[in-house]
Amino acid sequence: MSQDMSEENLPERHGSEGHEVEPHADPFADPGLPPHEVRRTDIDERAARRAERQVALLFTVSMIATIAFIASYVAFDIDKIVFIWPFGHVSILNFALGITLGVALFCIGAGAVHWARTLMSDVEVADERHPIEASDEVRAKVIADFKQGADESAFGRRKLLRTTLIGSMALVPLSGVVLLRDLGPLPEKKLEHTGWDKATPASPIKLVSMNTDEPLKAEDIQVGSLVFAKPQGLAESAENFQEAIATDAVMLVRIAPQDIKDRASGKLGFDGILAYSKICTHVGCPISLYEQQTHHVLCPCHQSTFDLSDGARVIFGPAGHPLPQLAIKTDTDGNLIATGDFNAPVGPSYWERA
Amino acid sequence: MSAASSAASGGAQPSSSRAKPANKAEAAADWADGRLGIYSLAKSNLRKIFPDHWSFMLGEICLYTFIIIILTGVYLTLFFKPSMGEVVYHGSYAPLNGIRMSEAYASTLDISFDVRGGLLIRQIHHWAAIVFVAAMLVHMMRVFFTGAFRKPREINWMFGALLLILGMFDGFMGYSLPDDLLSGTGIRFMEGAVLAVPLVGTYLQMFLFGGPFPGTDIVPRLFTVHVLLIPGIMLGLLVAHLILVFYHKHTQFAGPGRTEKNVVGMPLMPVYMAKAGGFFFLVFGVISVVSAIATVNPIWAYGPYRPDQVSTDAQPDWYMGFSEGLIRLMPGWEIRAWGHTLNLGVFIPLMIFPLVLVAIWVYPFVEAWVTGDKREHHIADRPRNAPVRTSFGTAWISLYLVLLIAGGNDLFATHFHLSINAITWTMRIGFFVVPVVTFLVTKRICMGLQRRDRDKVLHGRESGIIKRLPHGEFIEVHEPLTQAQLYKLTAHDQHRPAELPAAVDENGVARKVSLTQKLRAKLSRGYFGDEGQIPKPSAEEYREITSGHGHH
Amino acid sequence: MKKLSARRRHPLAALVVLLFALAATGGLYAAFAPAEKAQADSSSQSLAIEQGKKLFAVGCSSCHGLNGQGTSDGPSLVGVGSAAVDFQVGTGRMPAQQPGAQVPAKRNIYPQDQIDQLAAYVASLGPGPVTPTKDQYTSSDPNDVAAGGELFRTNCSQCHNFAGKGGALTNGKYAPALDSTSPRHIYEAMQTGPQNMPSFPDSVMPEKQKRQIVAYVRHTAEAPSPGGMDLGSLGPVTEGLFGWIFGLGVLIAVAIWVAAHTTKAKKS
Repeated sequence: MSQDMSEENLPERHGSEGHEVEPHADPFADPGLPPHEVRRTDIDERAARRAERQVALLFTVSMIATIAFIASYVAFDIDKIVFIWPFGHVSILNFALGITLGVALFCIGAGAVHWARTLMSDVEVADERHPIEASDEVRAKVIADFKQGADESAFGRRKLLRTTLIGSMALVPLSGVVLLRDLGPLPEKKLEHTGWDKATPASPIKLVSMNTDEPLKAEDIQVGSLVFAKPQGLAESAENFQEAIATDAVMLVRIAPQDIKDRASGKLGFDGILAYSKICTHVGCPISLYEQQTHHVLCPCHQSTFDLSDGARVIFGPAGHPLPQLAIKTDTDGNLIATGDFNAPVGPSYWERA
Repeated sequence: MSAASSAASGGAQPSSSRAKPANKAEAAADWADGRLGIYSLAKSNLRKIFPDHWSFMLGEICLYTFIIIILTGVYLTLFFKPSMGEVVYHGSYAPLNGIRMSEAYASTLDISFDVRGGLLIRQIHHWAAIVFVAAMLVHMMRVFFTGAFRKPREINWMFGALLLILGMFDGFMGYSLPDDLLSGTGIRFMEGAVLAVPLVGTYLQMFLFGGPFPGTDIVPRLFTVHVLLIPGIMLGLLVAHLILVFYHKHTQFAGPGRTEKNVVGMPLMPVYMAKAGGFFFLVFGVISVVSAIATVNPIWAYGPYRPDQVSTDAQPDWYMGFSEGLIRLMPGWEIRAWGHTLNLGVFIPLMIFPLVLVAIWVYPFVEAWVTGDKREHHIADRPRNAPVRTSFGTAWISLYLVLLIAGGNDLFATHFHLSINAITWTMRIGFFVVPVVTFLVTKRICMGLQRRDRDKVLHGRESGIIKRLPHGEFIEVHEPLTQAQLYKLTAHDQHRPAELPAAVDENGVARKVSLTQKLRAKLSRGYFGDEGQIPKPSAEEYREITSGHGHH
Repeated sequence: MKKLSARRRHPLAALVVLLFALAATGGLYAAFAPAEKAQADSSSQSLAIEQGKKLFAVGCSSCHGLNGQGTSDGPSLVGVGSAAVDFQVGTGRMPAQQPGAQVPAKRNIYPQDQIDQLAAYVASLGPGPVTPTKDQYTSSDPNDVAAGGELFRTNCSQCHNFAGKGGALTNGKYAPALDSTSPRHIYEAMQTGPQNMPSFPDSVMPEKQKRQIVAYVRHTAEAPSPGGMDLGSLGPVTEGLFGWIFGLGVLIAVAIWVAAHTTKAKKS
């Protein structure tokens, strides 16, 4: 019916010769919906039947693909690898299931859309819009109703009721907040210390190679080499291994003494061997892209770059302070040992960090 | 009482005067109507009109990928064990044989290598998520550039914005669950970001992780949030979003017969049921094929997470890429004073991250304030006809792209043989410069296109036919446009710049003009002054020129 | 300026703008690409001439000095050992073609016997890592891959990526991809620490573990990708690109088909 309305506008169309419009009419007037043009399938029954067959074929292909899906599920071993160009060596099961499922679904969709595009009516219809806003009468009625309701509740008049209701409603969510308390412990000093803080001059902790689980000796570490260490006694099977290694991991390098620019950090090392935290001070990625010629170490996560020859000073990227260093020396057997914790809290900064 | 019972009892109850149903289906519908009122609901909706345009289907891609994600997600929960309990792996995937890992990681390996079709479903889930967020962003851009966020659709714009950010975070949590080396690195980043929050950071961190990083709580907690809390909220928002789309009726592009007062297209039943319903299967089919041919998140190759191990190319999924870019661009600033540390290297990006999104979300309200336009708008703008809005949108996209490139700077370095430091510096500068340049360039382009439209209306289309006039001059014949084209090119309305109230009131007393009024007038001039739009041709101009043509 | 704007509708204007844009892009690229790369070192042209016993004098001494003592252009080779020579020459890195942020691997021009002669000469300058024998880097234990993976993730993947595809280092340097590196060269790289790579001598990473790492790297290079194309094994960046182009891109193409008007019977 609304379509009829716009058809009424049609007489305004004067063909393409715009300047023939009489002088008073708006030259840019809306000519209204153009008349519907027919498709092949609307007038040619053979074309329509062809379209029907195409749609039916698509639905049939979908059925076949679903059967092929079930067949693939049964037929192919889960660990069978096959070369399929151009995808490479792939799991045939995954490939077959995905393709058959994809075809089965796609053909249903393609069939439905093709059906809609060729065989369902494509006459454009206009629907009228109505303003979202209510009329003034409706508005007045609602406001009056609301006022009446509010008055009857006496919410505005009885102030005591109102105040206590608001008070109780405001307080009751606190129970929920309180219940969250046991999500975790309080931070206390947990972030300040690592597993190395159990080391003392009287009972030092040996640095153990991450590769071999053997104590590292000073002479093992050559200039230009890189090795990662953990405190002795921390086994991979230990229950707290993940938390411990998240703070205790150490990166050991040896820099020729004349190349060490920061004397203080050289003194914390032993004969050019420097032990730095492997955990980036930015957000805690294990930083370890060590360039042995430049002594730079780069973080793969956000490219913070530290100069290990200069007290692990930050030379690029978003990290805010140097990598903590672990003071090391050797025991009588030549093993590398630590006699205390890192010289600063390990890992990303936090508010309470001094 | 009910239609069915009255039909069955042969009119014993005269209270229902309804005609006898013609068949079983009608009887069933009558029965349902008696309880649900479905006829009144269907009356206005069964033949509801939807306009046809491919860009109006972007939202459908979001809806369908969301459904796919839910379906496949439910399947994955049947096999996934959200536990960080440690096990030694002895499953089918030999290269990890004997390695210690969490149950979460081990069960993800089992889904990939021991559950038939599990790998496919995992990949459909992940690919659909990647496409879901991408489609939401593109859908949002469509709405933005056509001004489809204007009254009465502002609330729906905000619903959509919320869906986008919830989708992003749910994606992040989802790929964090397998507890592989890459996702663990992402969680470690999250820990660092939480720690950077002043005052409460350490408390938040302890409460989130149940103790020092990584603890054994984070994966099960993220799991609940990922599969229950966020999808639940999203489902609610999605339903509200769709109800509003139905209620407002869809926008349409200007064209003959298409006005602010109607919507032209084809009816829901049958055309849109077939097209939209069919499109769901098309989307699902495409995602399935993509999942058959391309690996996504090969967690077996990353290995299990250990806080002391890492792999380069440590990036988040693309939709978190812009925040990654913010972090990588940030210089290493840190304030240490009075026994406290403020990690600006993390905290500033953390603050800019929501601002990047909020900037585009609040834009509709800024525009509404500048134009002071209180009317409903149902005709979608052509982007060129709103140059400032379009330029703002492209500037925002360019900023987003700069951040994405910065987030992948290491891959750009290796694949284009550039220095990572040079890329970072370029992007640091680009962060400020590129959006400004993009803004100016886009505005010029829009103005040029408006000028061309104006020429087309006034002088017709260049036909490419050269004609020689009797006195020897050569001219190109311009073909006048059809009425439909004339209407289409002039249908948009153009605002006038807002005027400041007169400096003195009617009594000659100086009027105080507030700063916001001044700002608004200034912005309005930028939007709608000579620099902001080309006046569309008026009927008089048109008549003058076309009658001149007649005298040729 | 007026002249310029008058010509902007010229048919060639678009072409001119395009050329300018290309030139600007190229210029920017040249400006940001690590600069030293551009200059060719003519002195190393002479490496084309091969000589048997005087190979070092001909191919290496211009940078490393006549006695391998090192010059400003190249480090001393005293004590680098035969493994370093076998790696550097065998992977084509040495002789270097041109100075730059990093000397890239390229086609090796020395036959193995000449490399061995060079290695013997350099090894005679001072003790250093020895070229490994085949059983040193060939693993026979099937469990070596898993153990090697663990070691690889601790020691190597931070630079070379989880699948050995390489990664970026500072200022244009990079850790190369390992897919096509031979087991011997992988082993030698760990022994000697070429260029900016740190070394992993036997004292911190014994032979057995190097062998396990080699087993893992070779396994990864040849491993199938069960889920389909591996998209370069570069993590989420390529996945995102693929998802946008082949996921959303295809879906938008489909949407265009769904929404397009069906062709009419005849044009009016």
